[in-house]
Parts: sequence; C-alpha cells; structure tokens
Amino acid sequence: MSFLNFLISGISLGSIYAIIALGYTMVYGIAKMLNFAHGDVIMVGAYICFFAVSRYSLPPLVGILVAMVICTLLGIIIEKLAYKPLRAAPSLAVLITAIGVSYFLQNAAQLLWSSNPKVFPMFFQRMVSKTTPDGTVQIVPVNGIDLFGGELRVSYVTIVTILVCLIIMLALTAFTGNTKMGKAMRACSEDKDAARLMGINVNTTISVTFAIGSGLAAIAGVLLCSAYPTLVPTTGSMPGIKAFTAAVFGGIGSIPGALLGGLMLGVIEIMAKAYVSTQLSDAIVFAVLIIVLLVKPTGLLGRPVREKV
Amino acid sequence: MAKIFSKNESPLVPMPSEAYIPQRDLNKTPVLECRRLGINFGGLVAVDDFNLIIGRTEIAGLIGPNGAGKTTVFNLLTKVYQPTKGTILLNGQDTHDMNTVQVCKAGIARTFQNIRLFNNLSVEDNVKLGMHNSIQYGMVRGIFRLPSYWRQEKSAHERAMELLSIFNMEDMANTKAGSLPYGAQRRLEIVRALATNPCLLLLDEPAAGMNPSETAELMENIVKIRDTFQIAILLIEHDMNLVMNICEGICVLNFGRIIAKGSPEDIQANPAVIEAYLGKKKEA
Amino acid sequence: MTVKRISKNTRTTFITYGFVAAAFAVLQVLNSSGDLSPLLSGMLIPICAWVVMAISLNLTVGILGELSLGHAGFMSVGAFMGTTAAIALQRSVESAPLRLAIAIVVGAVFAAIVGFLIGIPVLRLNGDYLAIVTLAFGEIIKSIFTNLYVGIDERGFHMSLLKDRTDLLPGGKLIIAGPMGIGGVERISTFIAGFVLIMICLIVIFNLVNSRAGRAIMALRDNRIAAESVGISVTKYKMMAFVTSAAMAGGAGALFALNYSTVVANKFDFNNSILVLVFVVLGGLGNMLGSIIAAAALTILPEALRQFADYRMLVYAIVLILVMLGTNNPQIKNAFATCFDWLKGVFRKQSAKVSGERKEV
Repeated sequence: MSFLNFLISGISLGSIYAIIALGYTMVYGIAKMLNFAHGDVIMVGAYICFFAVSRYSLPPLVGILVAMVICTLLGIIIEKLAYKPLRAAPSLAVLITAIGVSYFLQNAAQLLWSSNPKVFPMFFQRMVSKTTPDGTVQIVPVNGIDLFGGELRVSYVTIVTILVCLIIMLALTAFTGNTKMGKAMRACSEDKDAARLMGINVNTTISVTFAIGSGLAAIAGVLLCSAYPTLVPTTGSMPGIKAFTAAVFGGIGSIPGALLGGLMLGVIEIMAKAYVSTQLSDAIVFAVLIIVLLVKPTGLLGRPVREKV
Repeated sequence: MAKIFSKNESPLVPMPSEAYIPQRDLNKTPVLECRRLGINFGGLVAVDDFNLIIGRTEIAGLIGPNGAGKTTVFNLLTKVYQPTKGTILLNGQDTHDMNTVQVCKAGIARTFQNIRLFNNLSVEDNVKLGMHNSIQYGMVRGIFRLPSYWRQEKSAHERAMELLSIFNMEDMANTKAGSLPYGAQRRLEIVRALATNPCLLLLDEPAAGMNPSETAELMENIVKIRDTFQIAILLIEHDMNLVMNICEGICVLNFGRIIAKGSPEDIQANPAVIEAYLGKKKEA
Repeated sequence: MTVKRISKNTRTTFITYGFVAAAFAVLQVLNSSGDLSPLLSGMLIPICAWVVMAISLNLTVGILGELSLGHAGFMSVGAFMGTTAAIALQRSVESAPLRLAIAIVVGAVFAAIVGFLIGIPVLRLNGDYLAIVTLAFGEIIKSIFTNLYVGIDERGFHMSLLKDRTDLLPGGKLIIAGPMGIGGVERISTFIAGFVLIMICLIVIFNLVNSRAGRAIMALRDNRIAAESVGISVTKYKMMAFVTSAAMAGGAGALFALNYSTVVANKFDFNNSILVLVFVVLGGLGNMLGSIIAAAALTILPEALRQFADYRMLVYAIVLILVMLGTNNPQIKNAFATCFDWLKGVFRKQSAKVSGERKEV
C-alpha cells in the first residue's frame, strides 16, 4: 500500500512539474529559448494568490484567477521588454537576459515581500464535524480521503493537482490542434519566416505563447505551494530547473513530452526519496535523465533531428 | 560540343558490371569501386543498386535531375550515412567498418553543396585544418611550443600557401573564411579538401552560383588539379558544359538508380537520359 | 614569410597578457602599501578564481562552442579535492605556497578526471541537450559532496556516502563532513598564486588555440560535419577541450576554497555555473580579455553596490539585462552609438573652442 501511496504522490508532484514544463516547452518550441525566468513566474503567482487570499480574504478560486491574470500580464511584459528586442540576437544572449530577468524577479520579490517564509493556506480541505470521545462536537479540517480502511490516504490537493494537469493537457492539445492561434503556434515553431510569409503575426503568436505559459505557471505555483506550503522568493527556482529537466526528458518542444517527462520525473523523485535516500534523490533524478538522453538523445518523445548534409 | 581542354586522350574501356574507366588506368586498382550500393531512410529508397568504378586519374561526373540521390551517394561514400546495402572499395579496401574520419584518412576528400567552411577561422587555418592528419605534433607540444611545433607549423604554413596558390588565393590567407565572396568560398573548400592529401576528390556542385567566366576558370583548374596531384575526381554538377567538357566517364542517376553510364558522347545520345531530363516525348 | 609574423591573434594575446600583468602589478602595489580598500583587498583572490573560471568556461563555450551549465561542479571537485590534499599534507609539506600549488594541481587533476568521465556521455549529445546534461552532472556532483564523508588516519583515507562510517582511529581526522563540508581550513591562497594561475591558464588557452589541436576544436565549433570530412575526430577534440576546461575550473576551485576557512558544496551550485556563464557571454564568446574584465567587474559590482543595500541584487539584475539589450539589440546599439557620436561632437566643439581661444591668446 505504501508503494501506491508513493506512486500517487509521485504522480501529483509530477503533474506540477508537467504544468511548469509546459511553459518551458511551449516557449522553447516557438522562441527557441530557454526561459529561465519561468520558475520565478511560478513564485510570483504563488505570492499573489497568497496575498489575495490571506490579506484581502478573497475566495481561493478568485485568488487563483487573480494570480493567473497578473502572471499572464507579467509574462507578456517580460517578453515585450526583455526578449522581443533580442529576437535576432544569438541564443546565448537571450539566455543570459532570461537569467537577468530571473534574478530581477527573485530580488524584487525579496524586496516587496521579504525573504521570511510565508505559510501557504490550505485550500483543499473541508470541515467535518466530529464527535470526540468525551462527547463534545468539534469541527476539524479534513484534507484528504481515506481508502482501504485508512491504509491509503489521498489528499485533496493530490486529486485536484492531477485533475487540473489532465484538464490543462487536454485543453492545450485541443488548442494547438484545432484553433487558428494554435495552428499559428505550430507553424511558428516549424519555420518562423515561412509562417510570416503566410500572414501569421509571429510577434503576437510568441506573446500569446508566453501569456499561456505564464498563466499556467500561476496555477502551478498555487498547486506547488498547496502541496509544499512554504513560500520564499526562491521557491520557484528548483522546481523550475526540475521542470525544465522534465521538458528535456520528454523531448523539449513536445506537449505530450512535457506531460510524460513531468510525471516520470515526479514519480522517480518520490520513489528515490522513499526507497533510496532523501538526500540523494535529486542526484538520482538527474542520473536517470542522463541515462534517458544517452539512449534517446532528443528525449522520450522528441523528434530526432538530422542535419542535412 | 567543342572540347576546350585537352584531356589525356585515353579512350574508355568497358569493365565487368557495365563500368568504364580510362584506358590509362586499366592495369591499376580502381580508386573507387561501388558494388550494389544502397540506402533507405525508413522505407524510402534513396539510392539503390549503385555500381560504379572510377579509375586512378579519372575525372568522373555524377549527374541527374534534382532529388535523384547524387549528394546521397557522396554522403554514402564519405560515411555521413552508413549504407544499408552494398560495398564500397577504396583502393581495393572495403570501407564498411569505417567512419567519416577514417574514410578521410583513407583518401576521400569532399566539398559540400551548401558550403561548409570554418567561417570564423582564417583562410590559412581552414587549409591547415585540411592538413590536420599530416601535421604530427600533439596537444602538449602545441601548448609548450616545443621546436617540433614551430617546425611543423612553418612547413604547414608553406604547404598551405602552395595549395592556395592553385587558385591564386595566397593574399587572402589572413581573411576570415566566412567573409570571402561566394566563388572564393567554393574554391577554398576545394583547397581544403586537397589539403587532406586525397586519392579521390568529391566535388559537390563546384560551379554552382558561378558566372560563365568563373566556371571556365574552374574547369581549367579541375583538370590542373587532376594533372598535378594525379588523383581521381568525382563531381556532381548541373552545368552540362562543364560536365561534358572535362568528365571522362559520366554516370546518370534518376530516382536513386543509375540509368546510364558512359562517355560524354554516349550520355548525350542516350534516350533514357534525355527522357529523365526533359520528360517523355508524347507519342504523336 | 615566417610563422612568427605578428598576426591579429598574436596581438590580442599579448594585449591580454599585458593587461593581466599590469592589473596585477597595480593591485599588488596598492595592496601592499595599504591603499586598497579592505573590501577590494579581501576580494582579490575570489576575483582571480572567478577570472580563471570565466576563461576556462570560455574555452568550452566560446572556443569549443558547447554550452555547459554545470561548470561549478568542476570547481567544486577542485575545491574539495584540493582542500583535502592541503589538509592531508599539512604536516608533511611545511611551505604554504608549495602546499597551495600541490592543492591546485590535485584539484585540477581530479576535476580533469571527473571531466573526462562526464565527457564520455555528455559529448555524444548536441546543443541544448548537452547543456542540460552538464547541468544534471553539476547537480549530481553537488549532491554527492553534500553527502560525502572523508577522513584520514594512520591507515590512510576513508570514505563513505550519506552517513559517517569512516570509523577513524583515534588521532584521525574527518576532513569532509557531509553537509558541513570542510571546516577549519588554513587559508593559504594568495593573490600571487591567483595571478600565476590566471597566467598559466591564459598561456595554455592561447597556445592551444594557435596549435593543431586548438584549430581542430574551433573547426568543430564552426562546422562539425566539415570537420569530420577533413579527418578531425569529434569526440577526441571535444574531450580535449572539455577536460582542459574542467582542469582549469578545478584549479580555480582549489584556489577559491583555500581562501576561506570552510568549504561547503552549496557554494558551488547551479547559480554559480550560471554566474560564470554570464561572465563569458558578457565578455564575448572566445574573447579571453573580455571574460577577465567581465568576471572581475561582476564580482566587484555586487560588493560595490553595497550602498544600495537591499537593492543591490536588483540593480545587478537590471544592469545585466540592460547590458545584454544594449549589446545585442541593433536599435539600442545604434541609439548608444548616436549618443556617443553626439558626445564626441560636443567634446570636439569644446576642444575647438579651447584651441580657438588659445589662438586668440
């Protein structure tokens, strides 16, 4: 049963990674850049939701929406100010700029919200009245459901995370497959010049991609902090790196790849923590990544690229 | 068509497997022999049943319509792709277990259709890179600049200048290769290939993008290279004037298969070739 | 014509040597006369270490043309192994400079070995995939050093992972203590050693670049397929550059670590790899002098911005973004150029006025 428990929490963590990885993978697919600031957008999203809920007492759902809106705007602004002027620049220059943006967001967050950890509120729980042995009735929060007579406990966060991830994945697949903007995105990721000649506004398409990625980052931030409720300005960086790894794992540029990579990374991480060693879990995750890339040099679902001679 | 250049007057003689090589090369091992060479990319047959023999000092042409598989043949010969079928004999030696680097050391040098120079390095360094395997000192000697470093760099420099002089490019030696004009880039690629000291030189569309007078000069130089270095040259070219004037044996490829082989005269008269290039004549 | 002609390369090389030597001389004189602010004088050795890191990464990124995001991993290997060597030799080697030299060499050798082992899988990949694998190795190295226990006693070295199972004899010493790292390090690094290390690395890189092996490495960067076609073995030369670069980073790590009393693995994390990459890109790919200046300037900058207190890292980030925009966006570049021309014009008018006034006098 404990294995099943670990598997479920692995999938849940993996779903968060997958949502973050989507942001990396979509931006990489179109702009061919590693958006290092993505992890920090997650952190911003989590902070905004935190303040919306705990300071302005908005309902959680509204808090998430506010976070999404602000992160989407943030994504667009970052893209316009920092990345758009470098469209023609070498990719390393863009990478360094992204790193600059990442530093900026982290330090701005530290100034605005201080580096004292914030405890993220529990969204996903319900109040249940319980009769204690001495006869009094208490209302206690319950944050999960017990299965198999209490042997398997699945928290609501886990369920919500997995569901949200699935919904996002289906929606995105439908979006890129069927809508006009989705098709424009795919066209831009194949060949920007040809797309431009077909009358596609490449700049708008890239902005929309950033907007979607950043909006998803806000959701990921809220889910991440619901599961691991300590919020500091560097909250986003390690999950960001891991999710980036997940995107590469699945084949960067591929949406199903991000899902697969994220889930695998989450499961491997939790399993390594449970069965091998907590301290070495990161090392194990990265070791698996290396092995996968050696066997499949462009990731699990990445298309092999053959240079034409 | 008038012959501009006097090539070694040496009639082609038939060999087994319908190949022709110049008479003067007859009693020597052919520099290259392909037997039933083929490759398919995931079901798509790019080249199939490719048989070719090239004499030691022959200038041979490989022609055919776009997409016929000509460059693929070059990639097979240089092991950019591993053939899925057939054998390649280089100087009688099977190359099936060799990679690109080993094939180069064994004596095949090539140029590329879309020029591939070391753009950020100087012209001279590009040529010296061609000589990479004939320069002997290793990394440590290079870092410590031992006498052998100076000696070999000096002789490499002299050899590079000598090779550049074929195309009168000595004065460009210190220019960045990437900033050369187009024609000079193509010529530099040939010089770099020659620097590897090959016995077979593969030229992929050497005259592409050149004007008629540049092409004429190039033709002269190709023959000159063959005569000076006594090597075989196999070239892919769309300029029929060049092909018909300097090639001795010509091989025509269409849809990955050889449709005709022979001397320029034979090829010009071959109905299958005319059909491949111009399409089938409508039956009246 | 001889090979010894003064080419543009040779000129750049000597300008770089000259710059480093001059900077060293000036700083050394100021430092010994006590004219250097305590802040800067305390940063001389770290600056040297970061400069070596920058030129070493520039070998991988600028000259070999492969993006490495795990360079701090090699620094970490050098730091831990070099410090371990220095501690182990504390009694047998009396002279501190010699011990430092041995520590740097040991750090470099171990980093080179690790670089070689990592290079076997890494260099089979290309582009961003190679970059992410170097990142992964950097993190793995960090994890390992965070959980490594190394002790020494009469029976020799003892090692264990995760838990301290070294079982040292009495009188033995635990050198690397897992997450605590190495403590009580004797601070034997000197500015002179840093300068010598920089010069050695520069000489190695410049001589390499102008030799057969270096040309092959640059050929791989410019066009891998063409390089193979002229008989250059991809793996061999990629490995050569990668291992050389790792060794230099190892040396820098040892120098850096022996400047502090403690060494912990978290000092050499992903952020540091990125920081070094920032030096390299800001200084210009393949441009060693640029790397040196960028590394020195960006190491000092956060300290120099101390007056901005909490805002300094924010300012640092903004400066970084603006510099990247300014150097890479054509319009912004033009705007800068126009400003510069305008200033030049103003200056010229001024000087014309001045000279005119002089004439009148």
